[in-house]
Amino acid sequence: MKILVCISHVPDTTSKINFTDGDTKFDTNGVQFVINPNDEFGLTRAMWFKEKQGASVDVVNVGGPETEPTLRKALAIGADSAIRVNTAATDGYAVAQQLATVVKDGQYDLVIAGRESIDYNGGMVPGMLAALTGASFVTNCVSLEVDGSNATAVREIDGGKETIATSLPLVIGGQKGLVEESDLRIPNMRGIMMARQKPLKVLEPINTSDATAAKSFEKPAPKGAVTLVDADNLDELISLLHNEAKVI
Amino acid sequence: MSVLVYTESDKGQLKKISFEVASYAKAVADLMNTTVTAVAINAQNVESLGNYGVSKVLNITNDAIKNFNVNTHASILEQAVKQENATVVILSSSADSRYLAPVLAVKLEAGYVSNVVEKPSNISPFTVKRTAFTNKAFSQTEINNGHKIIGVSNNSYGLVENTTTAQVEAFSPNIEDSGITVTSVDKASNQVSIADAEVVVSGGRGLKGPENWGLIEDLAEVLGAATACSKPVSDLGWRPHSEHVGQTGKPVASNLYIAIGISGAIQHLAGINASKVKVVINTDPEAPFFKAADYGIVGDAFEIVPKLTEKLKEFKAQNA
Repeated sequence: MKILVCISHVPDTTSKINFTDGDTKFDTNGVQFVINPNDEFGLTRAMWFKEKQGASVDVVNVGGPETEPTLRKALAIGADSAIRVNTAATDGYAVAQQLATVVKDGQYDLVIAGRESIDYNGGMVPGMLAALTGASFVTNCVSLEVDGSNATAVREIDGGKETIATSLPLVIGGQKGLVEESDLRIPNMRGIMMARQKPLKVLEPINTSDATAAKSFEKPAPKGAVTLVDADNLDELISLLHNEAKVI
Repeated sequence: MSVLVYTESDKGQLKKISFEVASYAKAVADLMNTTVTAVAINAQNVESLGNYGVSKVLNITNDAIKNFNVNTHASILEQAVKQENATVVILSSSADSRYLAPVLAVKLEAGYVSNVVEKPSNISPFTVKRTAFTNKAFSQTEINNGHKIIGVSNNSYGLVENTTTAQVEAFSPNIEDSGITVTSVDKASNQVSIADAEVVVSGGRGLKGPENWGLIEDLAEVLGAATACSKPVSDLGWRPHSEHVGQTGKPVASNLYIAIGISGAIQHLAGINASKVKVVINTDPEAPFFKAADYGIVGDAFEIVPKLTEKLKEFKAQNA
């Protein structure tokens, strides 16, 4: 089984978010970048398929040279080789089209992406990639088993879960649950050394046009001070929630 | 040319989010000088969509469509778009809508924007405001393509009544074999889901152990609320992952969010920031959550929460 894991290069979850160039661009100054957490759960599940079922695992990112340390980290965790499509990821549809070319050329059986990236939160690349390549698709995926060309996936739905039977080729939108938090791997020194020797192929992009464009950004208005209520005066809290906030 | 809206139902009952997306679709239709057509699948009382500005309902009744199926539903909507010659499709931020929208976008070669929180500020170029960086920011996003799909953030636009008479038409799209089979659905029927909840009661490590979750559940029951938890609580296995809310868990956009024993890490606050009113109960007055909350009580949850539950019971009895 040939697996491709899509890796987004995103600000660490603790990052303070600021914008630059007249609020048109994300300010990367002082920001630490990581593998998108939803992708990391998928990468770790892919390692399981590699170790237990003999799968090969490649990772891919659509982005500029600044994303290569994130791809090297994925190699240090255990991926076999990496691909970077050399273009800025500005629109989900365009990214999905770049990835579709990589998937078709590499004849991957299983593509694992995160259900969404934690920066732009578009939540569209895995579904578009599946539709563009004619693969089956399961998102919000919290469990995945593959037996030959058959796959069983569990999808989180509002208020529960559903089990889906499908077949390869398959695209997954993964999240926590594919593996547990405690299963995530911190690259060790040997992994980091080996990652330096592993292939990282840079591909030039195909021509695409952006379906959407983020024109400007703003931060939420600063929040007013909290209204503190005395622990012995819960009637006041109920009154505030009823009369002022009107939520009960 | 109409605006098409995808409605969702549970056991035949239209969900509240369906009326919200209908309200949103009406606002878009007014900007475009056109009308709203809704697609309803195996739902009852679809005329009620008229109360929120829907002029026409494409009503699908087909026993073969038992479960949501991404390919089947995308194909149904594609056929509806073609029949109605629609250029804009509106859907919600439910798990199903988020699953469906990108697949439909490829079928229609549409620009898709998710997490939209306001009606379009402009229709030429078509511009919407959406959240980004997990509620830490907003972005004004333009859609370039001819077809446009908008995923409306739940609870952001609200219900806007607009009495219209909805003309209900039977619609019989072709149902394609999809390559995906739902083999089982595991859904607690008596619980409110976090996505649908108006009120969410959430517990953190301050509750000291899973055996104390009765406090959270009792309060949630009085308020008809969903229960949720912080990331450490789900990582420790005190509560299932499905209850984890925050940046890497589920987003919350309820009217009222009550955080009990949650300090308020930046990742947690990002995930719940879309909730309208936030209440925090914590022993530590320095907890970051007090900076994000509207109302706060400094004190011991083990004393306060049972009292609050009792008082809310009395309040609910009086205001029933």
